[in-house]
Amino acid sequence: MIISLLAVTALGVIAWLGAQSGFQILFGAWLPYTALAVFLIGFAWRIMDWARRPVPFRIPTTGGQQKSLPWIKPAPLDNPSDSKGVVIRMLLEVLLFRSLFRNTEVTIENGNRVVYWSSKFLWLFALAFHYCFLVIFIRHFRFFLEPVPFVISALEILDGIMQIGVPRLFMTDALVVLAVLYLLGRRLFNQKVRYISLANDYFPLLLILGLVGSGIMMRYFTKVDVASVKAFVMSLVTLQPNTEILANIGPMFFVHLFFLSVLLMYFPFSKLMHMGGVFMSPTRNLPNDSRAKLHVNPWNPAKEYRTYEEYEDEFRDAMYEAGLPVVKLPEDAEE
Amino acid sequence: MSKLPTPEELISISYNTPVESWMDTKPEIVPGAVAYPAKQETMEGLHMPNPHTWNPFEEDWNLPENWEEIIYNGLKERLEKYRSFKLFMDICVRCGACADKCHYYIGSGDPKNMPVLRAELLRSVYRKDFTTAGKILGKLAGARKLDKEVIKEWFYYFYQCTECRRCSLFCPYGIDTAEVTMMARELLHELGLGLHWIMDPVSNCNRTGNHLGITPHAFKEIVEFLCDDIEEITGVRINPPFNEPGHEVLFITPSGDAFADPGIYTFMGYLMLFEEIGLDYTLSTYASEGGNFGLFTSAKVMKKLNAKMYAEAERLGSKWILGGECGHMWRVINQYMSTMNGPTPACMETPVSPITGTVFHNAAETKMVHITEFTADLIKHDKLRLDPSRNDHLTVTFHDSCNPARAMGLLEEPREVLKAVCNNFYEMPENTIREQTFCCGAGSGLNTDEIMEIRMRGALPRGNALRYVQEKHGVDTLACICAIDRATLPPLADYWAPGVSVYGTHELVANALVMKGEKKRTLDIRQNDLPGMEDE
Ligand code: SF4
Ligand code: SF4
Repeated sequence: MIISLLAVTALGVIAWLGAQSGFQILFGAWLPYTALAVFLIGFAWRIMDWARRPVPFRIPTTGGQQKSLPWIKPAPLDNPSDSKGVVIRMLLEVLLFRSLFRNTEVTIENGNRVVYWSSKFLWLFALAFHYCFLVIFIRHFRFFLEPVPFVISALEILDGIMQIGVPRLFMTDALVVLAVLYLLGRRLFNQKVRYISLANDYFPLLLILGLVGSGIMMRYFTKVDVASVKAFVMSLVTLQPNTEILANIGPMFFVHLFFLSVLLMYFPFSKLMHMGGVFMSPTRNLPNDSRAKLHVNPWNPAKEYRTYEEYEDEFRDAMYEAGLPVVKLPEDAEE
Repeated sequence: MSKLPTPEELISISYNTPVESWMDTKPEIVPGAVAYPAKQETMEGLHMPNPHTWNPFEEDWNLPENWEEIIYNGLKERLEKYRSFKLFMDICVRCGACADKCHYYIGSGDPKNMPVLRAELLRSVYRKDFTTAGKILGKLAGARKLDKEVIKEWFYYFYQCTECRRCSLFCPYGIDTAEVTMMARELLHELGLGLHWIMDPVSNCNRTGNHLGITPHAFKEIVEFLCDDIEEITGVRINPPFNEPGHEVLFITPSGDAFADPGIYTFMGYLMLFEEIGLDYTLSTYASEGGNFGLFTSAKVMKKLNAKMYAEAERLGSKWILGGECGHMWRVINQYMSTMNGPTPACMETPVSPITGTVFHNAAETKMVHITEFTADLIKHDKLRLDPSRNDHLTVTFHDSCNPARAMGLLEEPREVLKAVCNNFYEMPENTIREQTFCCGAGSGLNTDEIMEIRMRGALPRGNALRYVQEKHGVDTLACICAIDRATLPPLADYWAPGVSVYGTHELVANALVMKGEKKRTLDIRQNDLPGMEDE
């Protein structure tokens, strides 16, 4: 935890100093370009690296009744027998975190009763976190696109519908901070989770907190000149980075951009790749149909087993005596 | 054997975590903590790699000279061969959703029994050797160096996972720690480390066809004894065919059903059912084991044992295979069998019930039908005369075995059967049944007495749920559809819910089954008096 905190703080300081000491072109242009390239190539490479490995056996985890006799109601979503069920199962998993919704917590009550409580906070905050992040991500497209598409403006209006403050408070900004704090707090204060946590569990959370925090600073406190930001981002997008405008924006923007660049570069090499991995998980994305359909294991080894002939050779006499059918009579086997 | 704590002592579990990092704690390998090692001859006989004599309680485990290289190569090979394994090494976010889903964690409070940490035991080594961040940042990136202590830790914790997959159900990415355990056990086997209680049955199954090593003629004799008992109870004489070509169905069940109480009663149930409906079937002494201990060893061994089923069906010209009540047998059949063995023998056809005409489309490829599917179908079509009141002296609940429940989703069929054959049926609490079911605490080859405390800890969630229905509804009968369960649940019940007995589902069917030409029944299948049906 401490190490991750130090690392993220250091990153912030580097960016701040960088902005002050004339490395604008490096921090403002080269780094974001590199980061984007690293992210895209890294992401694709990781997915392809997984995809090229075979799935020799189809072993989905089932969460309900199999499809069997016609009068027994199957559970097509949790125990899909065809690709339609699989697609819906995956959609529910990816969009609604269905497995996490099932979560329970165990306690021992009165010293002798094991009780399972429904435990939905992780599900709730994880969902809030991911969706807010997505909305914020989409909202940012207004910096990239000219003219700003209607959907993005609409999303902004919806997000700021509570009409608190000037500039209007985006609900997602508040929620995402809350959710990250919950996830972080859980890692720190839930004994079990703290015990399993590694530096690389804290790092991305803190990094995202830094990213969101610097964004919030800019929007609500230091109130950067949005027009200049847009002009700069557009210059990046059109591959003609104009670092002159940066003078109007201030160092907080650098911190924000720098955190984003680090996050992008960190992404493909870290657990954040669960974003791609969740689609690839063979326990979830396959139908439970190995009894009904033939699947092929690309590296299937040759069959090696004790044949009936070897077996009968060993036990022939006793089998014959016991009246069990034999392929070769004992007298024919002798020689 | 170490002394077993009382249930009261055992349940006072602390879920507090140690102060130091998990990488700095090591398990204490003392008698009672790990199961006995496999014998060198057994491993040699099976051509397992690096067979050697070793003792887990000694400092030196006599690992082969190049053990580091073996693990490195073994890991590498498996990462290339299984997308799932590679993915499970990469995408865990350590959210902890799986943490308290494992019966061993619930029953022991040992944080390394949290599925996520169990997997980290292997993942940390993976990170060190196979990821850039791990190579550079080391411990900071969650990586650690492989040393002999790590191997011991693996041995300790990967034999405290029964591969039940409950954790996988709750993981947002479906990370299946059972599969990680399977890989880790394969790696341990590469070093010549195995369990006696797993490798001995493997060796026996390979040689004689069943896990106790019963020879063919003895097998026949045992079954004939069971037929004598059936005759005594029902007055009906059954002479089942053995190894006979030309029958429609080959029946295979776990061999535990043929030798051990209470499995034998279930076996009698199968025989009575087949006799009653006039099924055209044969037993086989060669493929007399459906249960597959290879599943707990390696994919290679699993295949070696499984291959005999199709080989026998081909030799005998059977059209399809009917399989008995067994957990890991069905996991292998559902998830691996057709893929491992390739297309089924030409003589085999999509199974059709000869009595009801129902086509088992869900088994179109493997051509193997689960006996509860088969029986549930008979009952649905009213093909059996049943008198459930013969089970009125029993109050029944049902234990979903992890394997059929979470590998197949075989949930309703056994319930349909049970509800038709007994009048008093109650479910255990919702969070402990169906896909959320809890392990018996001794699956995947851990059904051995020297680790009784570990087993009873793992059995806590199941035992507790059983105790609950025992107190609430007076349940005294725990039905199951797994031969390992029939061996592991009796000590569980004695310990956590004394007074509950364990029954195979088809034993209850046999009690209720009214056979043609049977005499008035006064005894149940265990030859106890049937209350209210004594001779007038
Ligand atoms: S639930 Fe899945 S992602 Fe979360 S800690 Fe467990 S294995 Fe990792
Ligand atoms: S597979 Fe079962 S025993 Fe193994 S870690 Fe998961 S819940 Fe525990």
